[in-house]
Order: sequence, then C-alpha cells, then structure tokens
Amino acid sequence: MISPAVEITGLVKRYGRTTAVDGLTLRCARGEVTAILGPNGAGKTSTIEICEGFLRFDAGSVRVLGLAPGDPALRARVGVMPQSGGVPQAIRASEWLRLVSRFHAHPLPPAALLDRLGLTEHARTPFRRLSGGQQQRLSLAAAVIGRPELVFLDEPTAGLDPQARHACWEVVGELRSAGVSVVLTTHYMDEAEKLADQVVIIDRGRVVAGGSPATLTGAERQLRFRARPGLNLDELLMALPPGSAAKESPAGHYIIEGLVDPSLLATVTAWCATEGVTTEDLSIERRTLEDVFLELTGRELR
Amino acid sequence: MTTLDFSPAPGAAPLARMVGAQAGAEIRAMLRNGEQLLLTMIIPVLLLVGFSKAPLLNVAGERVDFVAPGVLALAIMSTAFTGQAIATGFERRYGVLKRLGATPLSRTGLLLAKTLAVLAVEALQVVVLVLVALALGWSPGGNPVWAAVLILLGTAAFSGLGLLMAGTLRAEATLAGANLVYLVMLGLGGVVLPLSTYPGSIRPVLEFLPLGAFTDGMRAVLAEGSGLPWGPVAVLAAWAVVALTLAARTFRWE
Repeated sequence: MISPAVEITGLVKRYGRTTAVDGLTLRCARGEVTAILGPNGAGKTSTIEICEGFLRFDAGSVRVLGLAPGDPALRARVGVMPQSGGVPQAIRASEWLRLVSRFHAHPLPPAALLDRLGLTEHARTPFRRLSGGQQQRLSLAAAVIGRPELVFLDEPTAGLDPQARHACWEVVGELRSAGVSVVLTTHYMDEAEKLADQVVIIDRGRVVAGGSPATLTGAERQLRFRARPGLNLDELLMALPPGSAAKESPAGHYIIEGLVDPSLLATVTAWCATEGVTTEDLSIERRTLEDVFLELTGRELR
Repeated sequence: MTTLDFSPAPGAAPLARMVGAQAGAEIRAMLRNGEQLLLTMIIPVLLLVGFSKAPLLNVAGERVDFVAPGVLALAIMSTAFTGQAIATGFERRYGVLKRLGATPLSRTGLLLAKTLAVLAVEALQVVVLVLVALALGWSPGGNPVWAAVLILLGTAAFSGLGLLMAGTLRAEATLAGANLVYLVMLGLGGVVLPLSTYPGSIRPVLEFLPLGAFTDGMRAVLAEGSGLPWGPVAVLAAWAVVALTLAARTFRWE
C-alpha cells in the first residue's frame, strides 16, 4: 500500500514552557495540494519544519512518504521552501538555482525555471539585492528544481505582489497536475480555497477542522442584503421555514441562513415588499473559509 | 510561457558532482568578497613587500627569507580560520546550512566541499605570495614537502578553530572575534617579528599558539632548511585534533 505524503499523529512540540503544537493529527494524500491554514503563531511553521526534518518534536509520530522526517532518503525526494532565507546573501539568483540543480539527478533547466518565475532579468543579481517577492520566487524555484515527489512551501506567497502570487499559484497548479504532492501553509483564505484539495485549519497547535474547501464552507448558502436598520426580524422569521436564522450585523446588513432556495428568496422579498422595504445588494453567497474560521475559533484569521 | 515538466523524477546527483558544485560556489564566494580578499591577499602581499623592502627588521640574512615563511603562514590562517569562520557563521545565521541540509548534499559532502574550497584558495595564495617573494629575491631552502605538511596541518587546526567559533557563536560575534584573532595573531604569531624578540616569560606561550608554531615550523623548513620540524608539527597536530573534535561536538547547524 502506498503511504500518504504526510501522516502526523498526536504531534506535540514545546519551546520551553510554550506548547506550539498540541496533539496535532493530520494526513496529506499523495498527489494532492494540502493547505495548512491558521493565524500567526498557530503552529504552522513548527509543524512543517518538523516534517522537513529541521525540528525535533516532543511526542507523537510523523511520517513523510512513509519515512521518518530527516531520513537521508527523503533529501532528493522532497523539495523545501523555507519561510525566508536559506540562500547565501551574495550568490546570484542564477548561480543558486544552478548549484541546487547540480545536487539532483534529473533537474529542471535552471534558466527555464528562472524564466517561468519572471526572474530572468535578475539572473545576475545577488540574493540580498532581490526584492522580498523575488527572493520568495527564487526559493520556490529551488524547491521544485530537483523534480521532487513532495514539496513543502512555508507561506509561499507572503509579501508577494498580486502578479507574483498568481505566478506562484500557477506553479502549484502545475505541480498538482504533474502528480506532485504539495503541502503549503498560508494565512490567506483565498489561496487555500483556490489551490487546495484539502484544507486543514489549525489554531493554537491543534486541528480545528479539515476537509475540502467545499465541505468546510458547506453546501449551506446565505442570503445577504442591505436595507434600513432595525427591521423586525422576528416577524420575518415567522414567515420563513423552520430552521432558518436571521441576523443583522452590522446595522443595516442582513444575513438569512437556512435552506436558501427560490421559495425562501420569494418569501424574503415578498415580506420586504409588504414592509415597504427596498433591499440593496441582495445576493446569495456561500460561506467563506474566513466565516468558518471565525465560527470555529471566535477569532479573526489575521 | 515556458512549459516545464514537473512530473516527479527525484534522485541525487553523484557525490563528486555535488561536492564539485558546492566547492565551486564557495570558491567564487571567497574570491568575490572584498573584505576577505583584503585579509587573504592584500594584507599578506603588503606585509611581504613592506617588511622585505623597509629596514624595519633586524634579522640575520636577507629580510625576505625571514618574512616570506611567516606571511605564508598568516595567509593560510586568514583563509582557513578568519575567512571560513566568518563565512560559515553567516551561512548559519541566514539558514543556508539548514537549507542545504534539505538537499541531497550530505553534511559530509558539505564539509568536503568547504575543505576543497579552502585548499584551492590557499593554493592560489601560495602561488601569488611565492611569486611576489621570488621577485623580491627570496631564496627558499628546505624541502617543499615539509612545508606542504605544515600547511595541511595548519589548515586542519585553523579550520577546526574557525568552525568551532562559527558553530557556537552568533554571526556578529564570530565576525568581530575572528578579525580580532587575526590582528592579535599578526602581532604575536611571529609573522614578521621573530618570537625571540618577545620577553622570555611569554615566549613558551606564543610557541604553543597555533600561528606561533606554524610560523616557527615554516621558517625552520624554508629559511633554515631543516627536516620536518617535529615540535611545531606536534603543536599543530594537537590543535587540529582538539579543535576539530570540539567543533564536531558543539557545532549547531542553525
């Protein structure tokens, strides 16, 4: 049986008296993109660095491609993009990629990869003179140049401008199509929703929810509209099917939850008509991962 | 847009290719770094020319015959100790050592590459300094093989000390400390001033310092034409064993 890309059970990591990872359990399937989502300090980087073999852990079990993290056999099979740094300050962009390519048996051509990530005109620029976004892209290139089976990307798009973010997303999409397993951390909701087959939401070192973006946000839809503040929602609720919920948050913004179907929409608009209320920006939306996170933890993601 | 074949094809390159690539990168880094070149090339050449030409030294025979062996030893120390300590300290600080640890290049491969790079730069220094010294009228005596043995032992001892420093201290502390040691050793290591000019009470200490033993040995071979100078060899070998052992035990990769 083929082992999962990553399998973590009951992982605990402490720094002195602080517990950064507190009994975390997760599984990343082969050939999928898994996004570990959580606010700063949730334990994302600790978890990923443990998988990369950089950090020891205090309890639990971790398997990467079926092997213990740090197993020398993983070095060629796993690509790593650290959150920052990891590159000599004076080395030129093209030299770094060429060097890393020389460590691998069947590397991608460095020049083509530089081109792909829009770094060709900076090929001769020393690392320290690259902008933050350019440094990130170079690190991403170095993580994938050896044609690994699995890549760990720690906040790959933090601090990138929108164009560079899209370039990064495209590479992740191509990795996935090519059958590469990708594990990335992020605190961007849209990134997780767009890229990931599986999202694992972590908070305070524990998994609080996991699943595909669609499962997490649910089939449940919301009806949202704006109108004058202070409508009598109890009256509206009586007209709606049982199990529906209505709230006003903030003032003048209304959210109706429940089975949002054409008859519910008709009921709401009919009620508004009898009340003489003009609705604005009426829309039917799915919950976002941001809503899910807020519900699960009671906190904003960032 | 370039299409790239990302389909997995993992595999490590042969060790020789990895080590060669890493050594090449290290050599380029050393030769491009202005401050390092100052310590490894410019200061040794200036000392060699200055102390050979100017009548500052009171030594028997040609001044260049006395100065050249000491400056060669200083040059070796600047690369194996000062340069290597500073470069490695910053590699550690910027997470480069950690990042390399996630590539197929093993730690053994990395150390091999560093050693090769240091030896290559030293070979370049020796060529430059020997040519300058010969132009100044140097007539080296003794067997160059013994000088080479001393250089290898000196390289081992100073590399051990450099890595010991780089693997335990903060990068800034290593930078300051390694430069300070260079300066102090320049004065007390018998580079241009014979150890015999120092008071008898501290001389034994200076002779047991790695650079003191190194300059002593180089001078015994190249100026006095002696065989393998066992005293300095023993001192350098002891420093090498102790420093490399301690470095291996204490080195923190991040």
